[in-house]
Amino acid sequence: MSKRRQIDREFYLSALVDRGSERVIFIASAAGGMDIEEVAEKTPDRIISFQVDPAAGLQPYQCRKVAFAFGLESTQFKSLEKIMAGIYKLLLEKDAGQIEINPLVTTGSGELIAVDAKINFDDNAVAVHPDITAMRDPGQEDEKEHKAQQFGLNYITLDGSIGCMVNGAGLAMATMDLVKLKGGSPANFLDVGGGTNTEKVAEAFKLILADPNVKAVLVNIFGGIVKCDVIAEGILAAVKEVGVEIPVVVRLEGTNAEAGRTLLRESGLNLVAADDLAKAAEQVVALAEGV
Amino acid sequence: MSILVNKATKVICQGFTGKQGTFHSLQTLEYGTQLVGGVTPGRGGETHCDLPVFDTVEQAVQRTQAEATVIYVPPFYAADAILEAFDAGIKVIVCITEGIPVLHMLRVKAAMAGSDTVLIGPNCPGIITPGECKIGIMPGFIHQPGKIGIVSRSGTLTYEAVHQTTREGLGQSTCVGIGGDPIHGMNFIDVISRFQADEQTHGIVMVGEIGGSEEEEAAEYIKAHVTKPVVGYIAGQTAPPGKRMGHAGAIVTGGKGTAASKIAAMKAAGVEMVSAPTEIGEVMKKVCG
Repeated sequence: MSKRRQIDREFYLSALVDRGSERVIFIASAAGGMDIEEVAEKTPDRIISFQVDPAAGLQPYQCRKVAFAFGLESTQFKSLEKIMAGIYKLLLEKDAGQIEINPLVTTGSGELIAVDAKINFDDNAVAVHPDITAMRDPGQEDEKEHKAQQFGLNYITLDGSIGCMVNGAGLAMATMDLVKLKGGSPANFLDVGGGTNTEKVAEAFKLILADPNVKAVLVNIFGGIVKCDVIAEGILAAVKEVGVEIPVVVRLEGTNAEAGRTLLRESGLNLVAADDLAKAAEQVVALAEGV
Repeated sequence: MSILVNKATKVICQGFTGKQGTFHSLQTLEYGTQLVGGVTPGRGGETHCDLPVFDTVEQAVQRTQAEATVIYVPPFYAADAILEAFDAGIKVIVCITEGIPVLHMLRVKAAMAGSDTVLIGPNCPGIITPGECKIGIMPGFIHQPGKIGIVSRSGTLTYEAVHQTTREGLGQSTCVGIGGDPIHGMNFIDVISRFQADEQTHGIVMVGEIGGSEEEEAAEYIKAHVTKPVVGYIAGQTAPPGKRMGHAGAIVTGGKGTAASKIAAMKAAGVEMVSAPTEIGEVMKKVCG
């Protein structure tokens, strides 16, 4: 149980890795307890932010700047400095992308206390932080997204009816956009990655088909290093294994594309082999509506 | 001409004897790139892919006069590899590795600040001047020497743009994948300014995606400095906010980095925006044919 304390004033304090300046930056506002984006939009003058030089680290003068902006008593300065130094240290040691304290409060007796905090961690660094990974609660995550991670697939659930399976994150986003442009609605984002194989393709199919909203599937592969005939074999194996009953449109381009298309056409399975991405998107939208 | 690399560029490979390094080095040699050796600490003195292996980048540079490097080392060792290449005086560093912690890249960029060394990537397909020099994992055969410069944050979307400009008979001067990470080397402006100055480049394809504000900054630059036609595409219009779309840098947070904002900025700068990635080639043919 925490002690009941009289809250005097509320502040906002956060540190994050800023992609624009390529520095860790601090953001602070005397308007705490509120949505910071709203404060930034309506009263930008109530927000201060500054960069931390990675070689020099966080400096006491930077903490004083925040203390003056908050209008703290001089007896509270050391306390704020300690909190800010702690945030900076935590961010660096645990590869946190953002640490946000909102609100940070002063109590009636003059103490400075973090009442609520949110921390984001860098997905690319969690492998070296088993203590952070141990805190992960799959129950809080989308079940399919969690399962996809275990197979090295990037999957995000959306609310449409057209399942998408694509190699490459940019092309996967572009494929979703194209489905929308042609009047359909994507059911998911799914990047099977550059070095994909039969097993991954099969798992990807299972994930897509586990969504009852999916009425048709669009597979879009630009074979670079991965050969299209190998991908086609993976798709055929997956379709046979999983037993796909809804229409699947496959667009293959790049390395050995023609060989891949031939394999699909001659398979006798419920697959439409498209050689043009725009047409493939139109076809899959029409097929999804026809079901 | 072309930008950054050509048939005279001598290249080494870091992570040379690994699976990725070996596979892509053989592809690179087959394309005709002047790959002159590689680095794997502890394997110095050996021969791999008929080329010398060195323990350090410094030794490799001394013996081969290499001026470019391509890095295929695992994510937690990649920052070290980049800085080793930088320290050894390499001028063009291409880092293919995906999954490098963002704080590693923050330190790398701080260490390289103010230098004229060029870093491409990480988390990118690399750079290619068709018919002359391929540094990276892109399939060489879809390219054709020509007059379009391509710059993109995405690998497979770059291949789409390449495929279409080849099909339209335009070809490419140089293609640069700047990578999908939030903190990375060359940005759109760094590449586009070189395309503007390059005689071989007659038109520019710029492929962006959600997250960050580099496209908006590039739009400002284009408006003020670029006279060549630019065709643009932004991926992620249907991406839900707050979700990372595969690339570490592809995320809309706090209403920032949306496709709508980027498209509006690029349109206002006079960029020919296409709404479908399948239209890049034909629109470029129209404005630059």
